[in-house]
Amino acid sequence: MASGKKKVKNKYSFAIFKRELPLHLMLLPGLILVAVFCYTPMAGLIIAFQKFIPSKGMFGDQQWVGLGNFTYVFSLPGFNQALKNTIIIAFWKIILGLAVPIIFALMLNEVQRNGFKRTVQTVVYLPYFLSWVVLGGIFLDMLSPSTGIINQIITALGGKSIFFLGDNRYFKSTLIVTDIWKNFGYGAIVYLAAILGIDTDLYEAAQIDGANRWRQVWHVTLPGMRMIIVLMMVLSLGNVLNAGFDQIFNLYSKAVYESGDILDTFVYRLGLIDAQYGPATAVGLFKSIISTMFISVSYWLAYKFADYRIF
Amino acid sequence: MKKMTKGRLFFQIINYTVLILLSALCLFPLLNILAMSFSSATAVSAGKVSVWPVEFNTYAYSYVIGKRDFWNSLLKSVERVCIGVPFSMLITILVAYPLSKERTQLRLRSFYSWIFFFTMLFSGGLIPGYLLIQNLHLMDTIWALILPMAVPVYNIVLMLNFFRGIPRELEEAALIDGANQFQTCFRIYVPCAKPSIATLTLFCFITHWNSYFDGLIFSNFPESYPLASFLYTVVVQRDMSLLSMEQIRELSLVDDRTIRCAQIFIALIPIMLIYPFAQKYFVKGMTVGSVKG
Repeated sequence: MASGKKKVKNKYSFAIFKRELPLHLMLLPGLILVAVFCYTPMAGLIIAFQKFIPSKGMFGDQQWVGLGNFTYVFSLPGFNQALKNTIIIAFWKIILGLAVPIIFALMLNEVQRNGFKRTVQTVVYLPYFLSWVVLGGIFLDMLSPSTGIINQIITALGGKSIFFLGDNRYFKSTLIVTDIWKNFGYGAIVYLAAILGIDTDLYEAAQIDGANRWRQVWHVTLPGMRMIIVLMMVLSLGNVLNAGFDQIFNLYSKAVYESGDILDTFVYRLGLIDAQYGPATAVGLFKSIISTMFISVSYWLAYKFADYRIF
Repeated sequence: MKKMTKGRLFFQIINYTVLILLSALCLFPLLNILAMSFSSATAVSAGKVSVWPVEFNTYAYSYVIGKRDFWNSLLKSVERVCIGVPFSMLITILVAYPLSKERTQLRLRSFYSWIFFFTMLFSGGLIPGYLLIQNLHLMDTIWALILPMAVPVYNIVLMLNFFRGIPRELEEAALIDGANQFQTCFRIYVPCAKPSIATLTLFCFITHWNSYFDGLIFSNFPESYPLASFLYTVVVQRDMSLLSMEQIRELSLVDDRTIRCAQIFIALIPIMLIYPFAQKYFVKGMTVGSVKG
């Protein structure tokens, strides 16, 4: 009896397998690519515990050193500095990256002329699509202390020229401002969409109750955006150790390592310039683990409080 | 139309002014570059150029167009885009279609989703990724720039959400008519999702065109750099060692600043050309795909 039942079930699963086979086949190329180019490097993180010699190959017979690489890199003065810079730069980018687009979206929402609105949107989204190589070139030129147009304006107004990209006092702020400049327009898209989704009856009701524009923004628009604001705040948690490699790699120089060197640039120099693969991987693993924790928590919170799911 | 109160009018004036200033701030650097690339070297170094070319000329462009390295890297970028974009779009569709199914249609769906999702949470980082390409002997090949980017998980998420919006009845009808899953995917779903495929193709193009770092680390020879990596060496690093003596002599004739600007602007042209089309769709893509109420 029992075996008969099992047989039927097996037949049934085989039928299902046959029916699902095309779907599995479609996934296969993607799975292979992910296995090779995402999961193999993850396995390659074992280099962090090895005295790695490249000629022996990635999974070759390397000498194990336990946590030696970690104690070595944690003792480097550059590491602590990079960690501190990463957190400070990422913190301000997260805070301003939330506030500026929200304020901008609210301001744009007050504009009644649709043509003007669309023109402003088109213009401010543009920098998002440009690469940091191009923008790095542009900013190196514009912010140059001798020939840059910004400093020409400053000196024309009677101020002293500032070496924005070469002075440790200004470098962090320059990074944060240029990053916000690049991304605020694009960041505002979700908020503008949320504002559009607010029921217009609510504004009418507020008007009847005698609310002026400020009060309408405060009591209708902002509460209408609450969910998306919370969601964006939670998701931005995942960026705690992302200070923006591409930007800094294109803007920094030896003179500003003190204020602008971050974990990613530190890993790059340690690993690919100095060829210290083991220690560099140790720093990378350290960063990956902490980032993964933050990203997981942020997704979990987003799922819990905003019912946000990406798959 | 209702008459505005004084306070409202005041606010509107401030509001419009700030918004116009913000837009100007976003546009100014680009106009500045464009103007400088068309100006004479003397005007540029005297700091006379802001948003309008001074002493208009096209020397910088003719210099850049005459340069071999520039054409080499441009060709490399074109090759990268022509192979890389269709390749990752094909993978995107092939992965998104099965994952858009219900659990009853693909029982391992959540297992597969986790495999892809996990790559968004955790990554091996720079060094293992670099060593992998080296160990696979992909250095200096076009595949080093294409394969690691071939599974764009975020785009897959957007794509599968579009696929989910397509009524199930279409699929059922196709299956009853004897179509297999491949035919249903490419004959029914893909045509239905044309606008979103267009958007993702543009995104994919922009990512490939703008990537410079993989080009830098996965090529041993500067001659095989794609355009963005080549730009990095001339615009950011300002590496003179790559130039021959003859080129340096030429450089003193035309100011290197105007040349840099010309190169930046040429690299920007493709982005500028597709930007108006991308803009039409990406708002929809951003809001439909990533944020579900």
